[in-house]
Amino acid sequence: MKTSAPSLLKATFAIVQKDLAAEFRSRELLSAMLVFSMLVILIFNFALELNIDARKSVTAGVLWTTFAFAGTLGLNRSMAVEKDRGCMDGLLLAPVDRSAIFFGKAISNLAFMLIVEAIVIPLYAMLYNETRIFQPEFLGVLLLGSIGYIAVGTLLSAMSVQTRTRDVLLPILLFPVAVPVLLASVKASGGIIANATFAEILTPLNLLIVYDVIFIAVSFMIFEFVVEE
Amino acid sequence: MQSKPIALTILDIVSVIVLGVSTYLALFFAPTEAVMGNVQRVFYFHVGTAWVGMVGFVLAAVSGIIYLITKDMKWDRIEVAAVEVSTMFFFLTIVLGSIWARPAWNTWWTWDPRLTTAAVTELIYVAYFMLRAGIEDPEKRARFGAVYTLLGGLSAPITFMVIRLFRTIHPVVIGGASAEAQGGFDMTADMRTTFFFALFAFTVLFVDFMWHRLRVGKLEEKVEQLKLKVSM
Repeated sequence: MKTSAPSLLKATFAIVQKDLAAEFRSRELLSAMLVFSMLVILIFNFALELNIDARKSVTAGVLWTTFAFAGTLGLNRSMAVEKDRGCMDGLLLAPVDRSAIFFGKAISNLAFMLIVEAIVIPLYAMLYNETRIFQPEFLGVLLLGSIGYIAVGTLLSAMSVQTRTRDVLLPILLFPVAVPVLLASVKASGGIIANATFAEILTPLNLLIVYDVIFIAVSFMIFEFVVEE
Repeated sequence: MQSKPIALTILDIVSVIVLGVSTYLALFFAPTEAVMGNVQRVFYFHVGTAWVGMVGFVLAAVSGIIYLITKDMKWDRIEVAAVEVSTMFFFLTIVLGSIWARPAWNTWWTWDPRLTTAAVTELIYVAYFMLRAGIEDPEKRARFGAVYTLLGGLSAPITFMVIRLFRTIHPVVIGGASAEAQGGFDMTADMRTTFFFALFAFTVLFVDFMWHRLRVGKLEEKVEQLKLKVSM
């Protein structure tokens, strides 16, 4: 890159800062994700009749479905804002490496998702008297899963906003590719809730880490092809 | 657009013949399997279509990568052709598998790793077409298509590994099967002949379809250019 360009780290954090500042002023993305999450849980509550027995086995699944749905909402919005107001062109013109844009958007998307999770998890625990989800292992899996989901999601949302069918397309593109991360997370976090031994959750955990590493690397490498004009 | 090459016409005829022979072998030549009976004959075409389906998806992912490096539209045409032909063959694999599974497993469908991976892969490639349909600019369409086949090609094997954690009952006829597999069998020499001939027949058919699709791809490109000329 050019000599005068800011470092990758600096550029990345400038983008994260911009996204977070914009969000904390408008709060439109987080509030939408939060309300949506609560609605999904509400629907699950009645659709699955979450009594105590049913809840035990489906907690991980319900939470992951909720976060996946809320995640697409956030990913879509976060990229659409860039596209609509021409910010993306501005970002692309900036003398920074394209990967800084990817990491910046991915980190702020991850931050939004983690904030939503940080609010929804205690609410879920309160509503269903489910304190087992506060285990550090459970929260660790949640973090790993969110990282993988957001890495692919950021790349695909950058693609979907540039198409004619934009909002409809993101979940259709993202869900089949993110199946491994969702399934491995459900398996691992479900195991943790059910007090499985470490050996039992090790395989899904390994696959989750493998997925994260591969997809962060690949998304970072091919992001350039997605935003070039 | 040049007229249809003679080699392609010959290949068309050869495809029909080998498919006919393969059908004969599968239905009449191969011995009836002792436990499952005649329904096992589905196996030859099931593996044949699955084989070319996989070949096509690998070919698509490789062409996608080459496209991203070279930016030559030829590779985009190969990628689309491969995905389109393979999506069709893969769909046939799933349908044939279901037909076999009904008597063998007593169910049309089960969320077994191979079945789930097949379904997810099929969905990825359907999404691929929806993605392409939403983009007008041919260059951007090619770029996004290549990126998505690459992601799909990477995620499918991980999906397979993840779902294997749940459980499998799909038989593994070649190589070792898991202890829980239901409906496995050992192939006799005649069965093996039929099996490899089916693989060969579907490979020929695949090449034939690919060739046709590539020619259609060229025509599509021409139509797009002509449309652009008219609108200007």
